[in-house]
Amino acid sequence: MKRLFSIIILLIISLTHASNAFSISPDVFIQSTVNRASQILSKDISKEEKINQLKIVAKETVDIEGIGFYSLGSARKSLDENQKKTYSDCFEKYFLKSFSSRLAEYTNPEIEVKNKEVLSKNYTIVNSVLVSTAERPEVNIDWRIYTKNPDKPLIRDLIIEGLSLARTQKEEFSSILSSNDGDINVLFRVLEDFSKH
Amino acid sequence: MLKLIKIFFVTIVLSTSAFAASDGDLELSKKDKDKVNKTGKDCFEPLNRATFSLNQGLDKIILKPIAKGYRTLPLPIRTSTGNVLDNLSNLITIPNNVLQGELGKAGINTGRLIVNSTIGILGIFDVAESLGFPEYEREDYGQTLGRWGVGPGCYLVLPVLGPTTIRDTAGSFINVMGGDPYYNASVNGNNEYLSDKVYRISRVIGAIDFRAKNIESLDNLEKNSVDFYASVRSVYLQDRENKIKNIQRGSVEVIYKDEEGWEELDSK
Repeated sequence: MKRLFSIIILLIISLTHASNAFSISPDVFIQSTVNRASQILSKDISKEEKINQLKIVAKETVDIEGIGFYSLGSARKSLDENQKKTYSDCFEKYFLKSFSSRLAEYTNPEIEVKNKEVLSKNYTIVNSVLVSTAERPEVNIDWRIYTKNPDKPLIRDLIIEGLSLARTQKEEFSSILSSNDGDINVLFRVLEDFSKH
Repeated sequence: MLKLIKIFFVTIVLSTSAFAASDGDLELSKKDKDKVNKTGKDCFEPLNRATFSLNQGLDKIILKPIAKGYRTLPLPIRTSTGNVLDNLSNLITIPNNVLQGELGKAGINTGRLIVNSTIGILGIFDVAESLGFPEYEREDYGQTLGRWGVGPGCYLVLPVLGPTTIRDTAGSFINVMGGDPYYNASVNGNNEYLSDKVYRISRVIGAIDFRAKNIESLDNLEKNSVDFYASVRSVYLQDRENKIKNIQRGSVEVIYKDEEGWEELDSK
């Protein structure tokens, strides 16, 4: 009995220790993510290969499903389970293409993490700057990080010079739905077309 | 008489803005209504989309190629041009600092205008920045109306001029009604150095300078949008909200205000 008790105590200690060891600070998480992206972009490989590698980074670090349902706005409440599944698939393909092709335009972007602001248990904002070059000025980029699970923080929004990409995307989707009598199938088609071309 | 007509026109525009914001009272809940008042409503969407297409055509044929050509000019020339335009915009920023009750900023910007117009040779050199003046933030009458609590009213896309709102259009009319000293001196003034032609040329150069600074960002936005019109509208309205609140980097309270989306998703 005493031995069993010792094993349980040891197990608890080791699990707690493991949790501490893998917990990652949001600013460190962003710096390591942008460093990974930067390394990919500076590699001497084809644009297609860069895009594929960036997609892997995005899948690991971005809350794609959360952003997808946020972007859908109140329309998400009227979807059945099949439509939700179709939407999640369409949105992931659309998001990965949009995200990776935006980044693939840059060659070796240098992003410096400057500060972080803990908003709540669930959210931290990480402030960073895209360092200026001869062609473009310095750009402020803030990252909204979902930290509900501190071991696996996830990016939920990019705020570029005060403009939220998630909010812009939400307003785009809302515009498509309102111009088509709220027909979700039109949005599915638009997202699929975008992903294919 | 002309002034009276202008005042009458602006009064109509402002009252239309007020009507536009209350247009859907019967159909909208109070919460929805607040959201619309704060973020702008696209009352004329079909017309706006048509004008947006026209502007895109003009941009592709005229403005973008000129902006690309402008970008080939040496950097010091482009920087000096931007400095002169910023210096001129101070003439609108200063009265708006005062109207918004920011007397400290008005004083700093007056100092900036004097230093840059004299030592900086008509604003060609931003001497004030070298002397450690704080970063310059433009203000206009649309922002002042926003600070005074006037809602944006309907979102508009004007031919050639692009995105705006009824409130911001009214703000622009205040410029030509006497609110812009540079306009007064060049168009209405009686002097040999300035004329309406000089004023118009400087406005055109301002548009080219703006377009040249945003070639990549607008291309990127267009390429990655599923509805470019809606993206530009969203970006314009977010930018105006930030400027009215004098927020440089955006603010979670502003970006996600009236927003239960994330909370609802998080609770699942």
